[in-house]
Amino acid sequence: MNIVEKILARASGKSSVSPDDVIFADVDKVMLHDVSGPGVIKVFDKLKNQGISVDKLWDPSKVWVAEDHFVPSADKVSAENIVKLSNFTKKYGIEKHFKYGMGQYGICHTLSHEEALVMPGEVYVGGDSHTNTTGALGAFACGLGHTDVAYVLLNGNIWFKVPETYYFKINGKLPDHVMAKDLILKIIGDIGTDGGAYRTMQFGGTGVDEMSVQSRLTLCNMTTEAGAKNGIVEPDQKVIDYLSSRGATNVPLVHGDDDAEYAKIFEYESSEVEPVVAKPFSPANISVVREAPSVELDKSYIGSCTGAKYEDLEAVARILKGRKVKIRTEILPAAISIYQRAMENGLLKIFLDAGATIGPPTCGACCGAHMGVLAKDEICISTTNRNFPGRMGHIESQTYLSSPLVAAASAVTGKITDPRDLK
Amino acid sequence: MKGNIIKYAQDNIDTDVIIPGQYLKVHDYAELATHAMEGLDPDFHSKVKEGDFILSGRNFGCGSSREHAPIALSHSGIKAVLALSFARIFYRNAVDGAFLLPIEIDEDAYGGISEGDEIDIDISTNEIKNITKNQTYKMKPFSEIIGKIISAGGLFKYKPDKD
Repeated sequence: MNIVEKILARASGKSSVSPDDVIFADVDKVMLHDVSGPGVIKVFDKLKNQGISVDKLWDPSKVWVAEDHFVPSADKVSAENIVKLSNFTKKYGIEKHFKYGMGQYGICHTLSHEEALVMPGEVYVGGDSHTNTTGALGAFACGLGHTDVAYVLLNGNIWFKVPETYYFKINGKLPDHVMAKDLILKIIGDIGTDGGAYRTMQFGGTGVDEMSVQSRLTLCNMTTEAGAKNGIVEPDQKVIDYLSSRGATNVPLVHGDDDAEYAKIFEYESSEVEPVVAKPFSPANISVVREAPSVELDKSYIGSCTGAKYEDLEAVARILKGRKVKIRTEILPAAISIYQRAMENGLLKIFLDAGATIGPPTCGACCGAHMGVLAKDEICISTTNRNFPGRMGHIESQTYLSSPLVAAASAVTGKITDPRDLK
Repeated sequence: MKGNIIKYAQDNIDTDVIIPGQYLKVHDYAELATHAMEGLDPDFHSKVKEGDFILSGRNFGCGSSREHAPIALSHSGIKAVLALSFARIFYRNAVDGAFLLPIEIDEDAYGGISEGDEIDIDISTNEIKNITKNQTYKMKPFSEIIGKIISAGGLFKYKPDKD
């Protein structure tokens, strides 16, 4: 069995599982946030009206809650959602509730690794499509809707069809000017926005071995944009070190068998990967940066679970150091812990000296919610994950998706720019 | 189950156009319905009728896990979406929450059915009849678990067989 089959077999109490088997898997961790949380509360209300008991959760210690999409509260409705969420966690005894303005908080997927909330080998589900991110720690991490999350909260398990696995073998270390974001965008461009649909996308090979945990998180994060059920990397010493440095103890390792089967194997040579952008209006609409259209950008947005981890901010700082931005540039660290490290290590000064604005952790404009949404005809380069029509604001705005290096280089020139071409 | 078709002849209709991100804070189902498909078809709300079906191409519902998407369509009156394929979270949200039927169709049905056609879907025979054009197409049968959850009326009413 491969790693996903092993995790799902263990979680469903079976000695083995195969692709297409339907199982009920015991869930180890579940996450909800200020969008899916109120959605789940609504489902609970419906269930109560149908006479189904919602008095207590299966295990509140396995549940954690993030405030991320509409925080700091964008308006009255989102403020009320935060109050609802607080009442919910209080009522059900959920202690891990990361509230904004009270120490560590941030984007849910970022907290999953920054706070070491998920361990290798676990079944982790969340009320958000980018739950896939956390598969980089070696967990089966999968996004679900409100009804399914409500079901997990009450029952501790959920059905899955065991996915077949596409294995992406990455040969060699990525060049310095190329980031994991470029690689995953290239892969999505090759296989399409439904190229991984219903499947696992597993990443391995020397290129992934060489990669930092944070880069692997970027790879797994955007498996969602290929339609995948989950993304995963087999955990190694780097994952143990990453989680241990964030307070975890006895981090377990789990691996696929030597004779693990994959539905398909794709090979990529890291040396051949170049900086790319996804042009409007699809994450699969890929162009090499040096061949990208020469458009006048209005904004560079550096934020989200995809592109505002500490490593991403470091990459941006490497470009912005000693330079000035030519277009509006917004940098929103994905969690307070990252914000703090960026402050302690001088990154925030570099950003401010360059003329960028620094915002608080929030999903914000990535999903067109608030705090930096785009006007009609505005064109943005962004380290986020989607660029469908209207994703970041007005239906006639445009978003180019890129790596943090490309977004920073483009901030300096006002045009889509390969970091190698920066004077 | 009979209804009339609203056709969007394109692939990758994503959740950002089904219900734009700014409405994710809204959890009133009737209010969500007034914004359904707003990102693609601002006239949708005025033209949709109770019992209508949507017809579309590949990868319908891709993008976010927002259950707002099937909720907004269902509370607009949409009883089924017919598409060449579906994104996984939209599909499972539609079924587990019992909001609408996701019907996988083939190219014959996709090409043959037009805007406004009256359609009769029979999930017991996996047949789709086009009453307007007097044609019949096959739908892809539901997998066993999906069929059972649909018959039960959603995940919470479904009692898994324990083995």
